[in-house]
Amino acid sequence: MKLTFRRPDGSHGVHDTDPGTSVMEAAVAHGEDGIVAECGGSLMCATCHVYVDPAFSDLLAPPAEDEAEMLTCTAAERRPTSRLSCQLVLTDDLDGLVVEIPEEQV
Amino acid sequence: MSAGSVVVVGGGQAGFQTAASLRQEGYAGRVVLVGDRHPPYQRPPLSKAYLTGRVDVAELAFRPGDFYARHRIEVVPGPVTAVDRAGRTVALATGEHLAYEHLVLATGCRARRLGVPGQDLRGVHYLRDVDDASALVEHLGRAERLVVVGAGFIGLEVAAAARQRGAEVTVLEFAPRAMGRAVSACVGDFFIGRHRAAGTRVEVSTGVEALLDDGDGHVRGVRASTGEVLPADLVVVGVGVLPRTDLAEAAGLTVDGGVLVDDHLRSVDDAAVSAVGDCSRFVDSRSGARVRLESVQNAVDQGRCVAARIAGRPFPYTALPWFWTDQLGSKLQIAGLSAGHDRAVLVGDGVGGPFSVYCFAGQRLLAVESVDRPADHMAARRVLGAGGDALAAVTPDTVRREGFRLRDLVAA
Repeated sequence: MKLTFRRPDGSHGVHDTDPGTSVMEAAVAHGEDGIVAECGGSLMCATCHVYVDPAFSDLLAPPAEDEAEMLTCTAAERRPTSRLSCQLVLTDDLDGLVVEIPEEQV
Repeated sequence: MSAGSVVVVGGGQAGFQTAASLRQEGYAGRVVLVGDRHPPYQRPPLSKAYLTGRVDVAELAFRPGDFYARHRIEVVPGPVTAVDRAGRTVALATGEHLAYEHLVLATGCRARRLGVPGQDLRGVHYLRDVDDASALVEHLGRAERLVVVGAGFIGLEVAAAARQRGAEVTVLEFAPRAMGRAVSACVGDFFIGRHRAAGTRVEVSTGVEALLDDGDGHVRGVRASTGEVLPADLVVVGVGVLPRTDLAEAAGLTVDGGVLVDDHLRSVDDAAVSAVGDCSRFVDSRSGARVRLESVQNAVDQGRCVAARIAGRPFPYTALPWFWTDQLGSKLQIAGLSAGHDRAVLVGDGVGGPFSVYCFAGQRLLAVESVDRPADHMAARRVLGAGGDALAAVTPDTVRREGFRLRDLVAA
């Protein structure tokens, strides 16, 4: 399945990935440097912040309370589409998902 | 001497980060990362998800195998046997020599030994690297009675994992408090309560006199300082770590509880040598005290700082320390260093529920410890990191006010 990262410089990274992995894991595996993921997916650091393309918003379960709290005071502006990519696990119906990487993570 | 080459000694979090950040910063020279027989991997899960089987070895790797070649990072097996600072080379156990312009020591720590009779019996485990963790996982599956020596982060995380796997668990702590080096009394007490509620016996102010032999070279029990003998078929010792500084000392660098470095993390003796992560003893920019920290944040931020300097973009190291642990479903996040605080103000649902503890020296906020209050933690990182007026506005009186929320001060 396809997963697209829109980078802060305007370029795109389009990657083939598998269901069951998180968007953060896919980013790290494919060398998307804008996803820092300092805590390795433990929901402790908020350095894997992304903005989900609104076209896909309805396909995602809303953030759990922990994730929503970790999104307060992120390095880059928080928007309604903000998510922590370690919590976005890819499923078949998310094929083609597009997320934007913010300017800053730390 | 070789122009344009960096040798990083140690493939843990700090070493990996240094190498990766060098490339992110556009460094064009040779980068050699001297690791061990495993590709660089994450350590935090070793005392958590790895012990409960939720994470396997492959998932621990920082990056897929082809990352290093793609970024021209040469990963070679160590250990490094000697550093020749005059000639700017390091010698590897393989007999090979590597020339460097910059040497980065990221040698980490080793587990402190318990130092009592019986400490080398079979069934006595330490937890520092993936081999230790793999050995422990194998035995945890069979263990019926585990005694954990030390109620620090590692000891309590292991106790939590073992309890979740159904073992009978006792934790012995020499000091009067849990995680006493890192957290305030109320947070330590909260976690002792959590472990007791999960069925673990926790005894503080209790030392260990000896580990007892079953007659066949395997541990059968622990004799505590109270005289009580606790039966055990598995013992895990988590009594802290010591920085691995042998190499630095042999190279004539000043070592005092870690490699002494300046505000740019360079050895105080040699500007061509830096030390990052657990082995580095640096001056905390906030308190002015020399500290050595054992955390992912410290390893990552120090690796970035040194890499940026080598790539030509130097800045002094001033990152805010933060830490986490996760035990029995409770999340503890700490921002700042609480050492030297003279008052701790608890804000939240009291000691039973989510709360944060604000640690002050006089009117000055030093650290915030949050239990299941991630928003407080994130706000604390911003406020403590920024300093200035936002920080000065957080006093013991402010945080005691009805409806106080730290995040409101960040937005303002």
